[in-house]
Amino acid sequence: MLLCLPVLAQNNKQYLTVGELLTVAGKRSAAVQAKIPISVQAGFHVNSNMPSDEYLIPLKVTWKSTGALEGGQVIYPKPSLEKYEFAEKPLSVFTGDFSVVANFKVAANAPAGPGVAAGQLRYQACNDRACFPPKTIEISLPYQVQ
Amino acid sequence: MTKRDTFVAFLALAGAGVWSYSAWVKQHSPNSVKAASVKPDNQRKPAPDFTLKDADGKVVHLTDYRGKVVLLDFWATWCGPCKIEIPWFMEMQRKNKDKGFEVLGVAMDDEGWEVVKPFVADLNVNYRIVIGNDSTAEIYGGVDALPTTFLIDREGKIAAVHVGLASKKEFEDGIEELLQIPAAGSARAALPAGAGAKQ
Repeated sequence: MLLCLPVLAQNNKQYLTVGELLTVAGKRSAAVQAKIPISVQAGFHVNSNMPSDEYLIPLKVTWKSTGALEGGQVIYPKPSLEKYEFAEKPLSVFTGDFSVVANFKVAANAPAGPGVAAGQLRYQACNDRACFPPKTIEISLPYQVQ
Repeated sequence: MTKRDTFVAFLALAGAGVWSYSAWVKQHSPNSVKAASVKPDNQRKPAPDFTLKDADGKVVHLTDYRGKVVLLDFWATWCGPCKIEIPWFMEMQRKNKDKGFEVLGVAMDDEGWEVVKPFVADLNVNYRIVIGNDSTAEIYGGVDALPTTFLIDREGKIAAVHVGLASKKEFEDGIEELLQIPAAGSARAALPAGAGAKQ
């Protein structure tokens, strides 16, 4: 039997969105930097990449395939420490609009031309009264080897 | 109708009257608790049954708890507000377990016991935990926001739902109100083996 509780039926809802990633361009062996614009819905927060509690799930960007790009070290912004009713200590979180940066190097033997690096962003969101299951968003980074 | 029949009918009517009055007094006396979140009996829907396993691998059905007031808590280790409520539920379990009350926690962690067992051990949780899944969540309306807590009456019907962190008082009042209503018959009040909480 299915209960009629529409307030709970939010399984596909995202509390964080990733904006369009601009094409990064560089010559062979050059360092390039990609900016991943992120926006957390008002009234919600996501755990930072280094949450205050071992059981909390961090925001994390990982790369599945980078094509002609190498590396992909991710630099996260400085989190804010926020106090919520449900936590004794302030939590390390991201809220509002922020960007995560990924540093690559164009492979020395990369063929000239376009390509796409693919990655994922995992996060777990809460508001001041409830938390929502971890979600994963696919990321595509277009690049151009000059 | 003989005099004897009339007398028996009178006794039956008087008995029903006394029973109704005592039930009414119980509900309306100054000491009775009425929780705002508890729905009237005629608006309650049956709590869907499920079959899940506890930490010892024992099969748990919600129907095992029929005759008891059950606090069914959907939670996860990554849920901060859930961590606030769990100690409340432990206290409520201690306080009310002898009155026909049980807390049953449904952990919604994808990683299952690997993460749930250490968490439960850290907090010394004194009530039964099972691992939930998508179908358990679905039959309870989706259960996306955690904690989501259902208060189930002795008849196995959902008396109250709390989505997100609720007040401790609201839970206490709801439990007390539901415990005031006695189990309908001793057979229903009796718990089958294995349905008790982890002591």
